[in-house]
Amino acid sequence: MKILALETSGIFCSAALWRDGELFTQHEEAARQHGERLLPMLDRVLAQGELELTQLDAIAFGRGPGSFTGVRIAAAVAQGIAFGAGVPLVGISTLAALAQAGWRCHGHSRILAAIDARISEVYWGLYQVEGPGQVRTLQAEQVSAPEAIHSGAAPQGFDPPQAADFGVGNAWELYRDILSEHSGLDDARIDAQQVCTAAEIAELAVTALAAGEAVAPEHGLPVYVRDQVAHKRLTSHP
Amino acid sequence: MQVLGIETSCDETGVAIYGDHIGLAAHAVYSQTEIHAEYGGVVPELASRDHIRKTLPLIHQVLAEAQLEHHAIDGVAYTAGPGLIGALLVGAALGRSLAWAWQVPAIGVHHMEGHLLAPLLESPAPEFPFVALLVSGGHTQLIEVQAVGRYRLLGESVDDAAGEAFDKTAKILGLPYPGGPALAQLAEQGDPQRYRFPRPMTDRPGLDFSFSGLKTFALNTLHQRQAAGEDSPQGRADIARAFEDAVVDTLIIKCRRALQHSGLQRLVLAGGVSANRRLRERMSQAIAAMGGQVFYPRPALCTDNGAMIAYAGWYRLKAGQREPLAFRPRPRWSLEELAPLAEA
Repeated sequence: MKILALETSGIFCSAALWRDGELFTQHEEAARQHGERLLPMLDRVLAQGELELTQLDAIAFGRGPGSFTGVRIAAAVAQGIAFGAGVPLVGISTLAALAQAGWRCHGHSRILAAIDARISEVYWGLYQVEGPGQVRTLQAEQVSAPEAIHSGAAPQGFDPPQAADFGVGNAWELYRDILSEHSGLDDARIDAQQVCTAAEIAELAVTALAAGEAVAPEHGLPVYVRDQVAHKRLTSHP
Repeated sequence: MQVLGIETSCDETGVAIYGDHIGLAAHAVYSQTEIHAEYGGVVPELASRDHIRKTLPLIHQVLAEAQLEHHAIDGVAYTAGPGLIGALLVGAALGRSLAWAWQVPAIGVHHMEGHLLAPLLESPAPEFPFVALLVSGGHTQLIEVQAVGRYRLLGESVDDAAGEAFDKTAKILGLPYPGGPALAQLAEQGDPQRYRFPRPMTDRPGLDFSFSGLKTFALNTLHQRQAAGEDSPQGRADIARAFEDAVVDTLIIKCRRALQHSGLQRLVLAGGVSANRRLRERMSQAIAAMGGQVFYPRPALCTDNGAMIAYAGWYRLKAGQREPLAFRPRPRWSLEELAPLAEA
């Protein structure tokens, strides 16, 4: 299977090519420079893997949550390439990909992925990682105050934490005290520096594609999670 | 050369195909007006969210309408600015990556260049050089156009754009967003003799505009009527008429002055407000009276659209201009910074 993956939901710009189990990657910090960096990076990973766009089985992208503008760039670029190359599209949760990254780096299997959502909230989800590309959702991605995270079984928090538990994502730095208190996870079981990469997106896309989750390019849309972004004006007449 | 054009700078998604021989083969516009109406103005994040849903379906639509396979497209043009950054990014990202996948060149187009070249899509088309009045919800500018890419700003609004003043005054009169066209309709019933509004900045030399005072004048006039217990539909129509006449007169005075100063005979009207019927009629009369000619595009090409982007992009791609793989839209971007076309 051959998949080109891209991820721009945060401050990193990330490109990866999955070629039948081999990965070719580019990953750079590029806050507000995704538009300048992304296509050249995709061009490089394709060259490294010696593939043409038309040889791909799918384009995969980090569909959010994350920066609204970032996930839209990912979706727009993915749509453009997929339509242009005549291949389908697979949108992958950035939180699931982040959880898989945490599992890969730290070996723990129950991962609470949490990232900054601004205005004192976090995007988060709880995942059981069972192997490469095998990420099961325990608590679906959502946006809430950091105090409101929970494991489902214990609505108020995570007590008691399990040996397999681990926390990843930049929310663990911004809201360290609140999240630690709620999850029971101490510093040894937190990696706030962990980020979502295109390589993780690609690996999850292999599974998604095999499960028939590919869509036509125009249906590859962002998942913002936060859907209330404007307030309707109360009409007043002079 | 056949060019696909994509416009996503504000609250309209526009896609079109323009090429040699085929001309404007297809163009489609999706307006988000209804989405923003509930908020009383354009909400940038909602605009961006809608562009990403609509752009690719519109590309499918115009390819089908033009009965072209995508292999027939030799270039992609997208609006690179000025405009809302999040909205611009959708069209730029999609357009640039599509061109990469198709292995054809891409070009980022200046939105206002698109507007001022739009009248060239019509017949008869104006010959260069000419003076262009770009008048929309976001801009009011007078530009001397020597050739494609050779622009000199003669004057512009120091505050509200003319279209913005239309929308704000409409709101004052209780008309739903976006009120500009509704105000023009209301003005049809107004008595032109009832009120006389000032013609701002016409009593001094120069080609700049100011429209924010007219909106205040309308508000004060309405308040006076209300205080006198005389608020009525007819009164509001009279205010709408006085406002519209003041804007139209001001634009005419400055356009005449711009033609006199530049020694040119041709005037081009472009941008959303140039669809205004009274402006067109009175401007044509006034310019004809001084021996000049007025050109303007059909109403569908006055408001934001993909046709003008495909057309401006076609000019630049034909002249050999190319964008690198990087895309970086510019929310603020002066027309005067544009490069002239290479000499053929």
